[in-house]
Amino acid sequence: MAKSISKLVIAVLLIVLLGYIALNGLSLTSVGMPYEIYSVFDRENGIRLGFDLSGGSVIVYEAQDANPDDEQMSTVVDIMYKRLDNLGFTEATVSKQGDKRVLVEIPTITNPDEAIKVLGATAELKFVDSEGNTVLTGKNVKEAQAVYGPIDESGVSQHYVQLTLNADAQAAFFDATTRMSQKEEGQNFIAIMLDEEIYSQPRVQEPINSDTAIISGDFTAETAKNLATTIKEGQLPFKLLDIERRSAGPVLGEDALKTSILAAIIGILLVMLFMIIIYRLPGLVAAISLAAYVVLVLLVMVATKANLSLPGIAGIILSIGMAVDANVIIFERIKDELKNGKTTGAAMRAGFNRALTAVIDANITTAIAAVVLFIFGTGTIKGFALTLGIGIVVSMFTAIILTRFLLKAIFDMNLRNPALYGLSKSKKKEEEANA
Amino acid sequence: MLNINIVKNKWMFFVLPLVIIVAAIVTGIFAGGFALDIDFAGGTEMVIDFGKTVPKADIENLFSETLGFKASAVQQSLANENQYTIKSQNLTKEQIESVWNAYKTKYELKDEQRLAVDSVSPTIGKELTQSAVVACAIAVVLMLLYITVRFEFLSGVSAIVALAHDVLILLSGYMILRMPLNTSFIAAILTIIGYSINDTIVVFDRIRENVKFAKRGETYGDIANKSVMQTITRSINTSVTTLITIVLLYFLGVDAIKDFALALIIGLVAGTYSSIFIAAPLWIAMKKDKKQGK
Repeated sequence: MAKSISKLVIAVLLIVLLGYIALNGLSLTSVGMPYEIYSVFDRENGIRLGFDLSGGSVIVYEAQDANPDDEQMSTVVDIMYKRLDNLGFTEATVSKQGDKRVLVEIPTITNPDEAIKVLGATAELKFVDSEGNTVLTGKNVKEAQAVYGPIDESGVSQHYVQLTLNADAQAAFFDATTRMSQKEEGQNFIAIMLDEEIYSQPRVQEPINSDTAIISGDFTAETAKNLATTIKEGQLPFKLLDIERRSAGPVLGEDALKTSILAAIIGILLVMLFMIIIYRLPGLVAAISLAAYVVLVLLVMVATKANLSLPGIAGIILSIGMAVDANVIIFERIKDELKNGKTTGAAMRAGFNRALTAVIDANITTAIAAVVLFIFGTGTIKGFALTLGIGIVVSMFTAIILTRFLLKAIFDMNLRNPALYGLSKSKKKEEEANA
Repeated sequence: MLNINIVKNKWMFFVLPLVIIVAAIVTGIFAGGFALDIDFAGGTEMVIDFGKTVPKADIENLFSETLGFKASAVQQSLANENQYTIKSQNLTKEQIESVWNAYKTKYELKDEQRLAVDSVSPTIGKELTQSAVVACAIAVVLMLLYITVRFEFLSGVSAIVALAHDVLILLSGYMILRMPLNTSFIAAILTIIGYSINDTIVVFDRIRENVKFAKRGETYGDIANKSVMQTITRSINTSVTTLITIVLLYFLGVDAIKDFALALIIGLVAGTYSSIFIAAPLWIAMKKDKKQGK
């Protein structure tokens, strides 16, 4: 008896403790262990909020190329990351989506127009002489940097981009400037083109044998820096088109999050109340298990660094209702067995055993759906499948193992009156009369 | 215990879903198919907080004055009456800027009041549908396999038909209520597939058990009916607990969640209905009402 009470108390305390950890986080570094559990509210290390909840921008680029290969797409992702870093968006993420798309998520900006331009630029650099020959390309550039200073006789300082060329390019450049310098006025130029757009078209008056060249134009400090960055980080293997742009300020997401959390809290309480009213003592046990379920789902989501979006939240709230399903199946079965005249103990054992196949088969079929969606889905669907999967696994644990443990502890406390297990007296009498 | 002879009156229960589906088809013919959100049709959607209620006509007029063509729709938010969603064909960045500046000047708005801007190219929707359909098809085949191994083939077929029923009813709901198809719609369909199969399996589990312990002279029809009656309380109670949370989400949630919650409510009700009135009766119809037991 005392043992059962302590079992019960320990279980409840453990749930409360885990709940506290989920809300506040736990750091073991102070006692010398390198473990850290982050709070669910920790925006960086806890549950990461999708852009629809936290605000920010999402841009999907599509390769304008029939069959980009994997390697090219990886190059695109790498270049995107470098460009984002240079723009100062260190929290941004880039991921491949399908065969020919990349998804860029930037959590901090709500007006991504400038970023879209820089990120999507192919940055195909070409030096073209007046006869239309390509003298050198971005591949020949060793280094590119934004510089501020005078570039001509006027001595007026301006922003420009300075390129450092490799040996091959230096030779080619010398060769081209030699040819161009002999041409008549108006034909003696080399155009510097970026993405088929002429940036500058300097006149060539004498052969230049130097490993540096400059691109001048109407630059500001920022545009010069952006151009230097795009040239330096390399050109994209093909053109990219932004086929999807989404941006949201923090207001909508905050509202969505706040109202969803409120709905979840009220929902949990109402479901607990419903279970207790319908199933009495086992209902109370189900309520405790449900609390454990919520806490564990939160902890698992923190541990897996799951990305939570609006459908994901709805999925979790839905799963609160579904998590007690296994309990409903088991308790209905226990009621049936009690009606069949079994003692409370026997009814409980039979109820659990017989309900188990139903619970397992039902959850495995749902799990099949979750796994398939996780493998084949993209974006939101993947996130949703993940929350669904986490929900199934955790609810199997809380609704079967934890409930059984708690119910057994309660039963051992000599609380064995069938009325406590949801069987109304009139029904019991009716059954007895029938027997 | 509740006792309705579901199996005997089975055709009666197929009528209600058929009526709903026919109503949806008729709506579809008159309204020209499903309403599509920019996720599927492509286009631009701006959400602006005007800080007060504004006549929709004013918003529409300013839009066409600025860009020279009409916005396809202006909707007032259900959750916050000061928020309006302006939908249109796909706008360029420059067009978005100029229309935003027009509103900003006229209504003295701040940059934060531009709550969201989404632009989607129309190709995305087609692929979204394709990938969702492929994923669902694979999931359905695998579930059918699993049910065939654990139960029997006919149970699997009945469960899948029940599933198809739920998806059709959900689609009908979208059609009749003119809810626009978007990514939430796909998430809703997926949720219902998972939920409904779960519900149906519990009924077949009971049938499996009752077949094993069948009394002499009991027909498959008797067994199916008994099994449904034994599980009906559970089906309803589980629906109640799930509906509690979803209905709350519908009433408390923001617009994007409201749509999703409504879809789930329709799907849940359909799922519960089919697991009681469609799955087992269909199984019996296919099984032929043979005698069981020795």
